[in-house]
Amino acid sequence: MADAVPAAALGASGVTPVVVQLRGVRKAYNAGTPIETEVLHGIDLTLHKGEFCAVMGPSGSGKSTLLNIVGLLDRPTAGTLAVCGEETTTLDDRALTRLRGHSIGFVFQYHHLITAFSALENVMMPMLGAAGFPNEAMRQRAAALIDSVGLTPWRNNLAGNLSGGQQQRVALARALAMDPALLLADEPTGNLDSKSADEVFTLLRRFNREHGTTLLFVTHNAALAGRCDKTIQVIDGLVIG
Amino acid sequence: MFTPWLPFEWIVAIRFLREGRLQTLFIVAGVAIGVGVIVFMSALLAGLQSNFIRRVLSAQAHIQLLPPKEMTRPLRRGADAAPREVEGAIMQPPLQRLKSIDQWQAVATQIRAMPDVVVVSPVAGGSALVVRGSANRAISLSGIEPELYYRIVDLNDKIVRGNARLTGTDILIGTELASDLGVDVGDKLRVTTGNSAANGAASTLAIAGIFDLGNKGANQRNTFVGLRTAQSLLGLPGGVTSLEVTVRDVYAAEVIAQRITAATGVEADSWIKTSAQFFAAVSAQTTANTAIRFFVGLSVAFGIASVLVVVVVQKSREIGILRAMGISQGQILRVFLLQGGLLGLGGSVAGSAIGSLALLLWQRWARNADGTPLFPLVLDPALFIAALLLATLTGLAAAFAPALRAARLDPVVAIRG
Repeated sequence: MADAVPAAALGASGVTPVVVQLRGVRKAYNAGTPIETEVLHGIDLTLHKGEFCAVMGPSGSGKSTLLNIVGLLDRPTAGTLAVCGEETTTLDDRALTRLRGHSIGFVFQYHHLITAFSALENVMMPMLGAAGFPNEAMRQRAAALIDSVGLTPWRNNLAGNLSGGQQQRVALARALAMDPALLLADEPTGNLDSKSADEVFTLLRRFNREHGTTLLFVTHNAALAGRCDKTIQVIDGLVIG
Repeated sequence: MFTPWLPFEWIVAIRFLREGRLQTLFIVAGVAIGVGVIVFMSALLAGLQSNFIRRVLSAQAHIQLLPPKEMTRPLRRGADAAPREVEGAIMQPPLQRLKSIDQWQAVATQIRAMPDVVVVSPVAGGSALVVRGSANRAISLSGIEPELYYRIVDLNDKIVRGNARLTGTDILIGTELASDLGVDVGDKLRVTTGNSAANGAASTLAIAGIFDLGNKGANQRNTFVGLRTAQSLLGLPGGVTSLEVTVRDVYAAEVIAQRITAATGVEADSWIKTSAQFFAAVSAQTTANTAIRFFVGLSVAFGIASVLVVVVVQKSREIGILRAMGISQGQILRVFLLQGGLLGLGGSVAGSAIGSLALLLWQRWARNADGTPLFPLVLDPALFIAALLLATLTGLAAAFAPALRAARLDPVVAIRG
């Protein structure tokens, strides 16, 4: 697999830095109650910089839970998780939010744009939230990202007035706004026709190559998974392969 | 595009409000009606009360100092008897002779030096009989020092014929008395008193002016003469029967009256005590107004809160996304607090306009029979500033629970929807 990592992503020493490291991660809901259900049963997973990893598995196997934990939206019940070299199990909410904002981008199955804002403004949103006030540099970066997903003519349209494929491309541009080290995509193509799905995947692959962004890509589409650097199977809360 | 000088929270709050156009419009209208009612009622009541008080107090002093009442003391048995044993079980209340305030000059100087006191005016007053040909009328005679007394009750304003000048032989009478006696300015009246000390003194006085105090009884009975004229007619050489005092804050009159009594030992009655019923009516109005304002404010607060609860539910997915992209709980909290504050502010601006319009309409249409306004309304800027501030704070407070709920949304649950 290592030979699939782009050369640009390699450090000077030739050793690829680790972006995500899970050790024995377990997740149980309603922990400590009679209806306790464990969804993840001890997962070990390491993702290096620039890796494009597909996650497959049947519905309910724990893929989304895994993604939420790696995305610092949820905390593991047991085990440790390091993101960008930072051990997260001991961090408080505020620190997690900061780390998430600066290092992780999300693309969801349902594009989840903020409908009150235009495409360009949606892409600016993470930068605006981090900086507090809007500025010209933000606008330019957002415009460049919109351009890179090929939506310049629609950039001032309200998010609700774009097609599904366009919205997903805006969501992709937004996920990259903070230039995150890690991009988490939860079935981003699941709701799109095959042409749009292919476009979105191509964009993901391009960002992965150009910026050395590490990708964790949940999909049901075996063809797309085949085009990733590696594929892991999550079955009944365990990583296989 | 984003306004460059607006921070993140403001941008998002304003957009959310603008997006929910109809919802925002309705709640702003609701707040506006509430604030409009409060503004209208407060201005109306303030105008009404100040008009009442002005009318009551333009015809009387705020505080009146009177000589002590004469008391009957029960007879006691000899010096060796127990102190509680009294002989005369039945006591007759004594006659109240006309008498002067002891050392009134010194008392007046002492009161004048008090910080809240504006004017102290000595008055020598008593009853007299005015005779003109075969007609006679009982009158109440007030001897005044015009330059001081007119600062309390400005008779110049109330003179309908002649003027308010008072020299030693002048008298001012009311319109009713003038018509009863068939006299006019320049005519002479004979004023007699049954005073024993003055031995039934009488004096002939010229009518300098005729006044209208706006009250039939007062126009029939009240007359004003110079202080010295009254002193000689009433047999009180150099004495006065009351000291009339005005103070800066009319509502503090009772407190100041008590302070005067404590300092000088002279009994002092404030208008609050002597017009107790009137004052009670004014207080009752104020209390009722406060209660109405409170409940209107409360319903405004619940209106804002309920709309924001709905907004939080509608926006929960977007809140989750914002949280996922690194927006902190504090930022989300502020976004929703701001929405509450902005709804309150917007509603109060519109409400102030509605209230002002209602007041203007009221002034235009609610008139006396003769076409003059019922009473002057003052559009006090402080009222509008207070309404704006209170509504904004109410909005912020009302938004607190929904905002907290938004900030505490679990992003995983919110995104899943």
